[in-house]
Amino acid sequence: MIEIKDLVKTFHRGSVNEVLALSGITLKMRKGDFITIIGSNGAGKSTLLNCLAGSTGIDSGHIVIDEEDVSRWPEHRRSTWISRVFQDPLLGTCGSLSIEQNLALANRRGRSHGLGRGVKRSDQEIFKKQLAQLGLGLESRLKDKVGLLSGGQRQALTLLMATMIRPKVLLLDEHTAALDPKTAHQVLSLTQKLIKEQHLTALMVTHNMQQALQLGNRLIMLHGGRVILDVSGAEKQAMAVEDLLEQFYKVRGEEFVSDRMLLV
Amino acid sequence: MGALEQGFAYGFLVLGVYLTFRVLDFPDLTVDGSLPLGAAVSAVAISAGVDPFVSLLLALAAGFCAGMVTGILNTKFGILHLLASILTMIALYSINLRIMGRPNMTLLGKPTVLDPVTSSGISMFNAAPLLFGVFSILALLLLFWLLHTAFGLAMQATGANRQMITSQGVNTDNVIILTVGLSNGLAAVSGALLCQSQGAADVNMGVGTIVAGLASVIVGETLFGCQSVGRALLAALLGSVIYRLAIALALSLKLGQFSFTPSDLNLLTALLVVAALTLPGLRRKVLRR
Ligand SMILES: Nc1ncnc2c1ncn2[C@@H]1O[C@H](COP(=O)(O)OP(=O)(O)OP(=O)(O)O)[C@@H](O)[C@H]1O
Ligand SMILES: [Mg+2]
Repeated sequence: MIEIKDLVKTFHRGSVNEVLALSGITLKMRKGDFITIIGSNGAGKSTLLNCLAGSTGIDSGHIVIDEEDVSRWPEHRRSTWISRVFQDPLLGTCGSLSIEQNLALANRRGRSHGLGRGVKRSDQEIFKKQLAQLGLGLESRLKDKVGLLSGGQRQALTLLMATMIRPKVLLLDEHTAALDPKTAHQVLSLTQKLIKEQHLTALMVTHNMQQALQLGNRLIMLHGGRVILDVSGAEKQAMAVEDLLEQFYKVRGEEFVSDRMLLV
Repeated sequence: MGALEQGFAYGFLVLGVYLTFRVLDFPDLTVDGSLPLGAAVSAVAISAGVDPFVSLLLALAAGFCAGMVTGILNTKFGILHLLASILTMIALYSINLRIMGRPNMTLLGKPTVLDPVTSSGISMFNAAPLLFGVFSILALLLLFWLLHTAFGLAMQATGANRQMITSQGVNTDNVIILTVGLSNGLAAVSGALLCQSQGAADVNMGVGTIVAGLASVIVGETLFGCQSVGRALLAALLGSVIYRLAIALALSLKLGQFSFTPSDLNLLTALLVVAALTLPGLRRKVLRR
């Protein structure tokens, strides 16, 4: 179980540019929860994920994973349990290394990267099998530099790398936003498949409300660094995009037209 | 002193510079101090009766520590890499003087790593290029192996994509500290070999080391390419030899009354690096028109 308790994060504290990005987020995630997160620009969605991963420090509050308080753990240590896929397809993989070398690094996530052989013979067969699942023909290109791949291929590879060693939490921050619609769809199906097969606990940020309703078993709406809606199960299934909009007006009573909120 | 001999002796340094500049993307000027550090440690050790080969290991260790200091200043204290390395370099000047107790030290009549080679009948003239060549190729093979270990992959990723490798659970601080350490250890070995073959160590022998090292890396890359790690390592080592040959050639040039002196080398090298760094960009601009 993952518990977020009263998480507060301020940027530029004490200066005129002070921004309260997260103002006391409390969230209990059960094992196997697949939560979609929506909210307008600047709502704090990325900040929440960055705070969980440890790439952004927090002001106060606690992050507890399986009874262990990881709030003070550095990012590299947290990545033993938390893996992520970024919006930028270039961020999750290393372009100057080959596909098999990237996979080998991911295959050691949370273990020591010592003086043993980087890519073992025995691993290559496993890598091939795992790549074949993606259906992108990457299994015959183990030695190719990742820099040669397309954004969609890189994102699929990043997903594979993030789930090779089963994480306790998978963080996805608009990971299909930079892809063309067809590729985005492929990567999304892969996401669903991996989460389902491994019963992963996942948090997925999206700007597509339809998608947020279709995927996962729970939906959270953030606004101004707060959770303003948290629905799951049947309640979520019964919802339509209009309901989400209505909910939003009810809670906030504010203009809710944001350039990136898609009503598709 | 032969260009080949110098090229291989400086080869260690150049391989180290390749590690920091190219693999880690960490501009490290510490080598200007760690090369004479290696020379000083080796000279003092040999004078105290230590075996010359063991003195190389001592130099390696000393250089490693110096590099680690730079790495720690950068990662743990948050000092900009360039500044961190300048601080260590400056500090090493004083430390090198302390180690030797004076600005320079001769090794005349003392044993060196070349003795076993010359005593086997190979002439003094051939001994140094041969031995240093073998040593630097061994170093190259070791680095080739290292860069293909899991640590080596993490090292490459640290230079190329820090976010990615952190997300894979690697503490990049440690990788940086160890890699900059290794690079300076190699620079110190260069210093130790040079002092043994030249017969003296001097606190000022490090001036311009980084520029020469960088020039060698760039010359190698330009001539031999860097498509793979193995190729890039080989290019760096060959670049070192070719750079020394080019310097020797420049020094032997006579243009009427004018000829270059060894004191002009730093200027020439700096110009060479500027040219190598800007020419590819210029060429692209010209081709686009
Ligand atoms: N590194 C930073 N420095 C300063 N302010 C920041 C930083 N990162 C985020 N912020 C601010 O914190 C607030 C929340 O930003 P965040 O990126 O979490 O929003 P988001 O919900 O992910 O938005 P988007 O939908 O645009 O991605 C914003 O007001 C933003 O300007
Ligand atoms: Mg965001």
